[in-house]
Amino acid sequence: MELVTIFISAVLVQNFVLYYFLGICPFLGVSKKLDSAVSMGLAVTFVMSITAVVSWLINNLILIPYDLGYLQIVSFILVIASLVQLVEMFIRKISPPLYQALGIYLPLITTNCAIMGLALLAALNKYSFMETVIFGFASGLGFTLAIVLMAGIREQLDLADVPEPLKGAGIALIVAGIMALAFNGFIGMLT
Amino acid sequence: MMATKSIRAEFLKGLWDENPVFRQLLGMCPTLAVTGTVITGLAMGLATTFVLILSSLVVSSIKKLIPPQVRIASYIVVIASFVTIADQFLKAYFYPLSKALGPYVPLIVVNCIILGRQEAFASRNSVGRSFIDALGMSTGFILALLMLGTIREILGAGTFLGYRVMGTWFKPWIIMILPAGAFITLGTLLGIAIAIERKAKRR
Repeated sequence: MELVTIFISAVLVQNFVLYYFLGICPFLGVSKKLDSAVSMGLAVTFVMSITAVVSWLINNLILIPYDLGYLQIVSFILVIASLVQLVEMFIRKISPPLYQALGIYLPLITTNCAIMGLALLAALNKYSFMETVIFGFASGLGFTLAIVLMAGIREQLDLADVPEPLKGAGIALIVAGIMALAFNGFIGMLT
Repeated sequence: MMATKSIRAEFLKGLWDENPVFRQLLGMCPTLAVTGTVITGLAMGLATTFVLILSSLVVSSIKKLIPPQVRIASYIVVIASFVTIADQFLKAYFYPLSKALGPYVPLIVVNCIILGRQEAFASRNSVGRSFIDALGMSTGFILALLMLGTIREILGAGTFLGYRVMGTWFKPWIIMILPAGAFITLGTLLGIAIAIERKAKRR
């Protein structure tokens, strides 16, 4: 597949949150304020770009040549968990301001199914190295776009008169549904 | 307090009071992703049940051997092993179903319901009690998946488990099988669940 197509597809059409339903927990949990949504989006984009590269290397240099496909799930999850830990320590040493900005969001990312989903989807689609790099970065951007838009809407939603039982997660999911519908319109860009 | 609960209450709490999807908002990804039809929802529910029950059994029996510092990593390895078994089994015997579920079977490994139960329950309770807890939680999860799958399949395709249930007059609501339909249905169900709970409390 062409790199541009992969990019557009991952950001807009097959958006991680709104098409694959990956990363719903942070999407609902961290989207109450615009600035924390931006930080979360950046942290996820950062980890996703690295995960894409590392998981590709593991899959294509170790698992496939030695016919160890059945170890994929175990090895991916362990690598992601330790990777997030490493990234956290690395950022704390190298760039304290960046650590301050991403700090609390980094550990949350380990349990984020979007990261695991990224590694699995890239392997499932049999992307080449370059395609995987683009896919990882673009998926992170797509996640950021979705969570930032959501935060913008939710800040307005605070002022709206929402029916009592729907307050919180209920209305957030319905808004996400309408956003998914809007993003659905981008399908035309690829055909 | 926990230990005094009867076995029955331990099982029943997963169905409503602590229902993983409607009350704890856990495991949202698979709930939304695989409920386009009843059969995929059911398959996902059963696979999750398998992983949850066996991981709970293992974790609750080796809880004394796991050093607290590495407990989360150990739980994840246990869970990942059972997910691998479930994944390989589906690939071997139900290939079309495994194809339809795509990456969501391996993704059971990051389903917060499973890790949550290990951390909150199996690591502090006896094997028997953890089994009942896991059984209750999975039943609650399956119920939620079936509810969503039924609504979406009937409205989105006019069928139930592949059989036509709506007359020829019925025009399928395409939106229900799109991702948007998943979000809207779950949001509405959440609202209904909270409304019912409030009414029950007022009595």
